[in-house]
Amino acid sequence: MSARLSFHEELEKLHQNLLKMGTMVEEAIHLSVKSLADRNEDLALQVIHHDDEIDGLYLDLEKECFRLIALQQPMAGDLRRIATVLKVVTDLERMADHAVSIAKATVRLKNEQYVKPLIDIPKMAGLAQSMVRDALKAYIDQDLPKCYQIGKEDHQVDALYKEIYNELIGIMKEKPDTVNQGTQFLFVAHYLERIGDHATNLAEWVIYLVTGKLEELND
Amino acid sequence: MQSTPVVQVNNLNLYYGLTQALFNINLSFERNKATALIGPSGCGKSTFLRTLNRMNDLIPGVQIQGDIEVNGKNIYHSDTDIVHLRKNVGMVFQRPNPFPMSIYDNVAYGLRIHGLKDRKKMDQVVEQSLQKAALWNEVKDRLHTPAKGLSGGQQQRLVIARVLAVEPEIILMDEPTSALDPISTASVEELIQELKQNYTVIIVTHNMQQAARASDYTTFFLNGEVVEYGATDLLFTSPKNKRTEDYITGRFG
Repeated sequence: MSARLSFHEELEKLHQNLLKMGTMVEEAIHLSVKSLADRNEDLALQVIHHDDEIDGLYLDLEKECFRLIALQQPMAGDLRRIATVLKVVTDLERMADHAVSIAKATVRLKNEQYVKPLIDIPKMAGLAQSMVRDALKAYIDQDLPKCYQIGKEDHQVDALYKEIYNELIGIMKEKPDTVNQGTQFLFVAHYLERIGDHATNLAEWVIYLVTGKLEELND
Repeated sequence: MQSTPVVQVNNLNLYYGLTQALFNINLSFERNKATALIGPSGCGKSTFLRTLNRMNDLIPGVQIQGDIEVNGKNIYHSDTDIVHLRKNVGMVFQRPNPFPMSIYDNVAYGLRIHGLKDRKKMDQVVEQSLQKAALWNEVKDRLHTPAKGLSGGQQQRLVIARVLAVEPEIILMDEPTSALDPISTASVEELIQELKQNYTVIIVTHNMQQAARASDYTTFFLNGEVVEYGATDLLFTSPKNKRTEDYITGRFG
């Protein structure tokens, strides 16, 4: 029996809305990379339009956190929960922005023949996406080992980014007429690398939520 | 704890007749720090506070085991001078309790009891005490008017000035702001920050935000036991004990 039942119900609602936002962002990342691989402009536009909804949810969650801090003066685990939501929504919102940027690359490249089949970028996207999914799962289950696993996966994403970067630079040097396309793919790889970083931040916030300790997973 | 504690409590047990109210308390209080005692009603925090200057001696049937050292001396030893102890360990209560006399005489009261007759010295100590209690500027022009004419917050600061006048080392406060409005509460809390530079402050409070704002260390009491003791910032962000967490987040019971 909780003496602050209505507050704890509001915290539960906050938690549910964060998961809703997380699911939407995960979907946006998935669809943006799919639009690029399938050269599907409609799908890309869908991701771009859908971002307003994510932004709306982001602002609502942020406002709700400030409201609860001001009105409820949360302590201990409740305080860490709200602080975590406040930080996590920022990371999620950035990830959604990166998904939009990837979708915009799809739109820009719609009339171009790709110089080579996309292999490493979807591979990197798959990794980044599974990091986001795992971070949300770790948040739900308060799963510390999973958080540390995510930290390790981020190193793989970084390694792939380096490979893709070097390969694209090589191609552009050889065939200067691919610079336009190559630059777009470089950006895409960069966005995916950033998504991996944000997923790692998520994992760090879950560690804080559970333990109260602030840790850097990728130093 | 880093420095030598000013108060050291060892294996303290307290009984009201056959009922045990405090169970094996071991705590130390650091000099020039504010420590808050929190816990639900009836958890023993006020009882504990009153053991620190032997206020419980006045209650019939109270039995105390263990010892409490102030500056290394057991205050429950038979040779303790209780008047001197209560001068050194002053106390402020829940409701402001100025005596029915002037502002000046309230502050001078303790000094007169202790035999001070020098008028000039008296004026000096009264002024200094009111200064330290952050009340001087509000009352300096009406020192000889009745203390009851002050607001609740001013009365509470007057009581603090009265305690300070006899130069204590330790100030005990038992819910000192529970009868005050938010502004007066804020000024008393601010005063605690000033006071701890020269005194050791131990404060019982029901208001957890007050404990969080005003203290360096917090002790959580439950059913007569100390459940958790620690730095206030850690205790309110990441308590170690589940019962502390449940209490401070209102998930109790």
